[in-house]
Amino acid sequence: MRMKWVAYPYLVWAVLFTVVPLFLILFYSVLQQTDNGWRFTWEFFQKCTQPIYLKVLWRSVYLAFLSTLVCLLLGYPMAMILSNMQLSKKNFFVLLFVIPMWMNFLLRTYAWMTLLERKGLINTVLGYLHLPSLNILYTDQAVILGMVYNFLPFMVLPIYAVLDKMDKSLIEAANDLGANNFTVFRKIIFPLSIPGVLSGITMVFMPAVTTFVISRLLGGGQYTLIGNLIEQQFLVTGDWNFGSALSIIMMILILLSMSVMSRYEKENEGGMLW
Amino acid sequence: MNFLKRFYTWLIFAFLYAPIVVLIVFSFNDSKSRGSWDGFTLKWYLELFQDREILTSLYYTLAIAIISSLIATLIGTIAALAIHNMKKVQKTVVMNVTYLPVLNPDIVTGISLMLLFIFIQLPLGFFSLLLAHITFNIPYVILSVLPKIKQLNKHLYEAALDLGATPIHAFQKVILPEIMPGIITGFLLAFTLSLDDFVISFFTTGSGVSNLSITIYSMARRGIHPTINALSTLLFLAVLVLLIVVNNRISKDNNAKERVA
Repeated sequence: MRMKWVAYPYLVWAVLFTVVPLFLILFYSVLQQTDNGWRFTWEFFQKCTQPIYLKVLWRSVYLAFLSTLVCLLLGYPMAMILSNMQLSKKNFFVLLFVIPMWMNFLLRTYAWMTLLERKGLINTVLGYLHLPSLNILYTDQAVILGMVYNFLPFMVLPIYAVLDKMDKSLIEAANDLGANNFTVFRKIIFPLSIPGVLSGITMVFMPAVTTFVISRLLGGGQYTLIGNLIEQQFLVTGDWNFGSALSIIMMILILLSMSVMSRYEKENEGGMLW
Repeated sequence: MNFLKRFYTWLIFAFLYAPIVVLIVFSFNDSKSRGSWDGFTLKWYLELFQDREILTSLYYTLAIAIISSLIATLIGTIAALAIHNMKKVQKTVVMNVTYLPVLNPDIVTGISLMLLFIFIQLPLGFFSLLLAHITFNIPYVILSVLPKIKQLNKHLYEAALDLGATPIHAFQKVILPEIMPGIITGFLLAFTLSLDDFVISFFTTGSGVSNLSITIYSMARRGIHPTINALSTLLFLAVLVLLIVVNNRISKDNNAKERVA
């Protein structure tokens, strides 16, 4: 089959709509339009290092890190329980995990708005029980809650995939040799599940650090996360140069963490969701 | 121990489903506030079907999803065939470019496309939205079709040519049926991704043209309204039906594989 020319429509498309736009971002991040042409400058990257913006950057990483941690702590036991279920039950419960993921994530986030509202369902129930009301809507806690809710399946499913493929006879062998359950977990199950844990961490951390919707709907203030900051620059302030510089920083952040993770993943294949 | 496991499972699933159940239940609530139940009503559904904004965005969502996934499937399938026949270096380069929209944060893809459209002075609207959707759909089609092409037995195609088939005829009769499952999976993936997209659409559309996600976002920012609950309920049902259909397809596909093996 020699049909190389058939690749051209796609190649043209990819260059025009994938490569060129990324160069445009790079372009805007270091070039400023002045009265007499374009001027090269690092000004916009320097602006990113101003304390208020560094704080936003740090906040995004910190909140994404916390939600990833919560997802891991909640998700790992769940993945273990799922992988130990009987086959007939297992497929059903895994499907139950996938269904919410297919629902529009704006609606999933919106659902928490209605639950956490000052006069929402949670506070009504707490009121009936004569418990103090919970006012976390428009705070960081609500943002973390929203992230955990949206991304928990991304943690559970890769870990489950690895645990499910694991050779169960290893566990039996360890038990026969006198290891207790905790030792089996520490020495066998956990080390073998690390590829799944790593792809789970990647799949939760990436969308969490780049989101602007969850923080916009559930969080307070205007400049909550780097995603919001970028959105503001392009749609409100109109400072494309600064917005592009921020986008470049976000891309570098993502590509760096991705390359770290993929180095581990290559050694042990599997654990990907697709 | 068993009790603990069961309790934990219930807790997690309650966490996952409680918000959705609450949305669905309150879409039938006569009262506008979420705190109290004032009786059963369908008025929010009636209001939903009279809401021009929602109906227009539903129309745009479906139109964009259908057109973009069809075009992406066509371009992506042809591209996958070509990529498979490339030399190693060329292949690596093209595959890396293909992975870019998959790995890049959505917000960066959205902004970069917005910059491009403004740069080439393409007015932001239906057409720019369509171009953006095709762009992020193509990689998923390629990634679903490529594995099927790798599984192909290339001697079959040569045998067909030896037996006198024209290349086009051989392609139709030998290659296409073999890679069809990958093409359909790619199409479905592209279709659902396009239906569900918010971030990229948000940046690449213009005034007057918005898909459902954008409409939901602007409604949610204005505050809580029961028509969104009604909309959620309908969308959740649609997702359930779609998922059941896809799941049947996959298990059928697996059964067919087992029969062959």
